[in-house]
Amino acid sequence: MPLLDVSELEISVHSTGGDIAVVKGVSFQVNKSGTIGIVGESGCGKSLTSLAIMGLLDGSQARTTGGTVRFEGTELLGLTMRERRKIMGNQMSMIFQEPMTSLNPVYRVGDQIAEALRQHRSLTRKAARERAIELLRMVRIPRPDERIDCFPHQLSGGQRQRVMVAIAIACEPKLLIADEPTTALDVTVQKEILGLLRDLQEQTGMAVVLISHDLGVVAETCDFVAIMYRGKIVETGRAEDVFSSVAHPYTRGLLNSIPPVDRDVEVLNEIPGRVPSIEQNVPGCSFHSRCTIAAGICREIDPEFSTVSGKHEVRCHFALGSNNRAE
Amino acid sequence: MLRVCNLKTFFRIGAGLFGRKRITVKAVDDVSFEIGEGEVLGLVGESGSGKSTVGRTLTRLEKPTSGKAYFDGQDILKLSARQFRPVRRHVQMIFQDPYASLNPRLSVEATLAEPLRIHGLAGNRSEAREKIGRILERVGLEPEAMKKFPHEFSGGQRQRIGIARVMVLAPRLVIADEAVSALDSSIQAQILNLIGRLQRENNVSMLFISHDLGVVRYVCDRVAVMHRGRIVELGGKSRIFSRPEHEYTKALLGAVPRIPRFDYTGREK
Repeated sequence: MPLLDVSELEISVHSTGGDIAVVKGVSFQVNKSGTIGIVGESGCGKSLTSLAIMGLLDGSQARTTGGTVRFEGTELLGLTMRERRKIMGNQMSMIFQEPMTSLNPVYRVGDQIAEALRQHRSLTRKAARERAIELLRMVRIPRPDERIDCFPHQLSGGQRQRVMVAIAIACEPKLLIADEPTTALDVTVQKEILGLLRDLQEQTGMAVVLISHDLGVVAETCDFVAIMYRGKIVETGRAEDVFSSVAHPYTRGLLNSIPPVDRDVEVLNEIPGRVPSIEQNVPGCSFHSRCTIAAGICREIDPEFSTVSGKHEVRCHFALGSNNRAE
Repeated sequence: MLRVCNLKTFFRIGAGLFGRKRITVKAVDDVSFEIGEGEVLGLVGESGSGKSTVGRTLTRLEKPTSGKAYFDGQDILKLSARQFRPVRRHVQMIFQDPYASLNPRLSVEATLAEPLRIHGLAGNRSEAREKIGRILERVGLEPEAMKKFPHEFSGGQRQRIGIARVMVLAPRLVIADEAVSALDSSIQAQILNLIGRLQRENNVSMLFISHDLGVVRYVCDRVAVMHRGRIVELGGKSRIFSRPEHEYTKALLGAVPRIPRFDYTGREK
């Protein structure tokens, strides 16, 4: 049984013209100590997916309208607040993109780490403080016994994100959802945070769902990837399979539109046009309007998943063959 | 074309409780470089390295503490605001955030007409409109865009408007500060190609400020690496990327996540 099993997840938002499905039929699994990267551009639904898993959509305009999310066999959608609280921050936790806005500015970082421990582990004040210092040491904050009494504004961006990681791992979760954990950080700090997450995974067997727009980050940290476009997973598989034989024109377009740091390119290939707005109903394959190999069928029929090899699957009528690979 | 000598820009900021203690932040600390005619110099570094302050000082959005910046042999940091005005037409800036850098109350036509009017580059309305129409086409926007307002555009299109506002003046030096950093990768490639094409067609000189090493490698001829207010390494692009000398440059390059590239047989290149 996978640790996390997301199946046919659908998320809709309210609009004046009625509900619009913005995440459609999203399915993926994560096993113990596995890492899946969910990649896509803004508005593709990757963050909504992570919020839905954490049960953080309620009350906002978006809500889940279909599918199941099972954690160790337990259905998470539709849990009461009380039941959910036992799992969230305890067996499952999340780190967000912006370390400045996700920490409470008026509490010392030590108290914010201790909160989770006192809530879920019923530790005494003293024991929680000791554990918080230990956690700060684990996330490699220098002089943790002093830093524990700092307020968030006294720390750098990288240190704040380390504190976020410390809070998230305080109760040794089985699953960590990281939504763009390093996007606001410098590359050298990003490297350290990603290395830190990897080390923690090795030590504790924690599984990670990494939400990112950065294919490089995903390629370096994940063993499984899912590429999303307009609310759907369009290509998924083991990272090495997907990157070695890219099958979806969108994935290839994304890869080719990133200027590489390790070689010169003459002309960067662009994906023409832009993502149609979510209000727009696109018949057929949602990528056809920007696809260079689209044909009549693409405008009419939305492709189902087909298998490229093993677990590598793609939604495309003309999945790129072996001689069409990304250069 | 542009020669920057020993530029220093320091900030006095409040520190301690209630900011009563004053400390000096050396944002730009003795920076020198040159940009030739039609050349693109990349300025890379991490947040707080001072790279943006260099750009903002050269466009006189910040006051330098000391140093000189010769543009066509004239020290533009010395000029009075009035004397600088004719120079400003030729020293223009593209900003990072296409949501914050356009006036929401001005139509695209008004946004582009304003710089033309200020610099006296269009005799009358119809001449201005013609120039605006031409530049919009060159940046890949429909003529109908003229009557629209910023909120009607996506991030990528707004950045095209920001570029049009700069290019309509036919400047000789463009300072682009993280011009594509806020854009999604597929849109980023479009805007990078647009900037590259306009730069070559007009033979503009450019200071391209970015934290993204891949982007800098793609756009620039030469690269300056900034760290804590200083340029730690400066050189031709191919040399900097293939044989970095400074430890910091090496660390920076080593930290960028790589996307594996595969050849047709599935072997990693």
